[in-house]
Amino acid sequence: MSIVKEAPKKNSFLAGTANYVDERVGAAGILKEFGRKIFPDHWSFMLGEVAMYSFFVLLLSGTFLTFFYDPSMAMVRYDGVYAPLKDSLMSKAYETSLNITFEVRGGLLMRQVHHWSALLFVAAAGLHMLRVFFTGAFRKPRELNWVVGFVLFVLSMAAGFTGYSLPDDLLSGNGLRIIDGMIKGVPFIGTNISSLLFGGEFPGHVVIGRLYALHIMLIPALILVFLAIHLFMLIIHKHTHYSGPGKSDTNIVGYPLMPVYVAKAGGFFFIVFGVIMVISTFFTINPIWNYGGYDPSPVSAGTQPDWYIGWLDGALRLAPTGLEFMLGDYTVSMNILIPLVISLVFLGLVAIYPFIENWVTGDKREHHALDRPRNAPTRTAIGASGVTFYAVLWAGASTDLIATHFKMNLNQVLLAMQISLILLPIAAFYVTKRVCLALQRKDKEIAIHGRESGRIVRLPHGEYIEVHEPLDPYDLYKLVDYKDYKPTLARPNAQGKITVGARVRASLSKFYFQDRIIPATQTEIAEATHHAAELEAQVAKAIESGK
Amino acid sequence: MKLTENSKEVELQSSAINSEHEYDGGLRVANLDAVKDPGLEPHRVRMTDKSVKHEKSAVRQVSVLFVLSMLGSAFALWAYFTFPLSENLSSVRLNTIYLGVGMTLGLLGIGIGAVHWAKTLMPDNEVSEERHLTRGSDQKRAAAIEILAAANQESGFTRRKLIRRTLYGSLALFPLPGIILFADLGPDLGNSLRHTFWKKGTRLAKDPTGIEIKASDVTVGSVFQIIPAGLNPENKEYLEEKAKAAVLLVRVDPSELNETEERKGWSYQGIVAYSKICTHVGCPVALYEQQTHHLLCPCHQSTFDLVNGCKVIFGPASRPLPQLPITVDSEGYLIAQSDFLEPVGPSFWDRSVKS
Repeated sequence: MSIVKEAPKKNSFLAGTANYVDERVGAAGILKEFGRKIFPDHWSFMLGEVAMYSFFVLLLSGTFLTFFYDPSMAMVRYDGVYAPLKDSLMSKAYETSLNITFEVRGGLLMRQVHHWSALLFVAAAGLHMLRVFFTGAFRKPRELNWVVGFVLFVLSMAAGFTGYSLPDDLLSGNGLRIIDGMIKGVPFIGTNISSLLFGGEFPGHVVIGRLYALHIMLIPALILVFLAIHLFMLIIHKHTHYSGPGKSDTNIVGYPLMPVYVAKAGGFFFIVFGVIMVISTFFTINPIWNYGGYDPSPVSAGTQPDWYIGWLDGALRLAPTGLEFMLGDYTVSMNILIPLVISLVFLGLVAIYPFIENWVTGDKREHHALDRPRNAPTRTAIGASGVTFYAVLWAGASTDLIATHFKMNLNQVLLAMQISLILLPIAAFYVTKRVCLALQRKDKEIAIHGRESGRIVRLPHGEYIEVHEPLDPYDLYKLVDYKDYKPTLARPNAQGKITVGARVRASLSKFYFQDRIIPATQTEIAEATHHAAELEAQVAKAIESGK
Repeated sequence: MKLTENSKEVELQSSAINSEHEYDGGLRVANLDAVKDPGLEPHRVRMTDKSVKHEKSAVRQVSVLFVLSMLGSAFALWAYFTFPLSENLSSVRLNTIYLGVGMTLGLLGIGIGAVHWAKTLMPDNEVSEERHLTRGSDQKRAAAIEILAAANQESGFTRRKLIRRTLYGSLALFPLPGIILFADLGPDLGNSLRHTFWKKGTRLAKDPTGIEIKASDVTVGSVFQIIPAGLNPENKEYLEEKAKAAVLLVRVDPSELNETEERKGWSYQGIVAYSKICTHVGCPVALYEQQTHHLLCPCHQSTFDLVNGCKVIFGPASRPLPQLPITVDSEGYLIAQSDFLEPVGPSFWDRSVKS
């Protein structure tokens, strides 16, 4: 008998570590559960990832900035290297922001990384929301995750605004001044709320410190919590995938987490970080040294808020003159309340949209295969209408720049914006809906008759036809795989009464599904194929006899 | 393979659930004549799977990208020490650019390398797995309900009404002290929004120098940013006072001024002083158009007609800018006749309530 000596294991250190971890945290179970989880692949699924990675970059760069920044509003005389501001009076917050810029190596770079990634964070979150909306990914079972995502979007704007104010420069100070003015316009409690925020009269000595506490602690903590819930639900539901051959509501098609997705998503984090870094290297953002410290008297013309606040600023601008009125001795500032209420109602509608659509369709099934936007014409039209509404408000924040750049009359630009705010969303709705229906019709036409081959043939009786070629079954399936809904009538309930709810639902269902394109059926396609074959035979015969 | 086994299991489970709980499709139309799903498209084989040459070159490309990343990071370290900051501001640019380029390379090398690796060398076979319904199986639900029922039974939560109701009461009240703690975030503003630094006899001074201004300094068509004399950065409430007291001083031809009867004495030989703080949301109304005598707020474009009591002619603001009554003292300096006679700045709920 010979004793076979076991060859020393190669990865013994790795194996040992793995064993150690598993015996203490049960890592093997976790890995078994998640290691081969399937993730579908599509470029549009990366928008949410971009938002998440920008947030990580924000955490990293923001932490760096906190080590050098002092959120104090105590007044100091500037004694730093930036000569134009030498000896001017400014807050400690602004002074330390300047010092980060001019006296900390890589400080300007990190400030710009932080600002650019904040802009990207809100933008990517917004685009991700649009993707989810237009593909119907918010449907059951994901309605609650839509709401969580909505909260994240609002939090991202809050994080942006609180951070924007921290350098305490002229621009951000004017932003706070506008917030103060808006708060004061709220009936009954406005003045008190303003005092609570600013610790007395505007600007006071505390607001920067308070915004700092919100910006670096409360809001990021909330974002992390909601992000965790968002991802937890993603794991519970598994990711959606686009409908098409082999993909349905009952399966999930994609690549396993390990190794493909770890490499792709992990690599993508570095790509997002790298892109933010290269933008921050070459493109200045928020040059606070040009503005000077906050002073309530000066202001520069043509100032713009960060992009994600623009729509709120635009709402303020578009309010017509003379909306304020007196109620006895009290002032009701409708010029502030109306924009405020409109913005809140808009956000509220975004938050509850999944529940509205679900109520109308009454579809209680789980949806995991995504719609092509054209296959849900009314939803897509509603989305386009909302985007247009937001876009007009957003452009409204730049009326002065539009007027000066295009040499137009400021008053007329504003009037045009006011009219557009009402008319364009309606126009966008109808145009989008018609475009969707036309695209669906085109799809159906191609599905049934095949694609145009470009071959023109003359038949014996003189008729010219273009020969159509049938699609391959995969392309065909992409065109016909969608769900079809039919409007309902208001039906009486068990007591024989037609409730108001039933009536509303019936008219909404008509609004949604009155115009619908039924997907091409097997029979239709078979008939058309048969017809085409006959035609082809005729053509062949004609060619034969012509010889 | 483990994966297929696993998915088989899921399939069995889910088909069982599916048949048990087929949800209502609502207005969805069942299409019995639907085109049949041809299944997943056939997998396309990549060059790196077919040819060793391509595979090897992909391996090289990935490694080159990772090496580039190393070089980038090393470059950034070198740049950090090579481009220090100095009094010369171009040093900030050099520091930012060289550091940034190095770090960008360090990040993108890893990122592009990893994605390239995944796309060319890792298996690209799409895997299909069955989903199961989000709801728990009936057994799981029954077990969950049992746990809740047992908890309810053991605690007597439903049974013992007195305990339950008093608990609700205490839970409703306990946050209130926590909320009231925030009341001290800011004082009651009282009347402070109704008063500014201006008093009878306060001289008008240029902002920011604080140099007092004589009527003779103000030529027709000129405009001055004004603060009250005596308001300087040493004042504890400097910014708060300035945020209310800032004034625009303009001289126009007196014949162009349309003054109401009660304000006849508020100007001095065509010199008028108006609050600079917009009555909309409080931005400084900083732009003066000499030809039309219009004042424009750059924030939201509210426009005020200076010669007609600064009434709003455009934009979201509703009220005219408050006017500061002025005159000259014996030495020829411009002075305020009194404080503003109404609160300046953005509207607030009880601004017109006499106190």
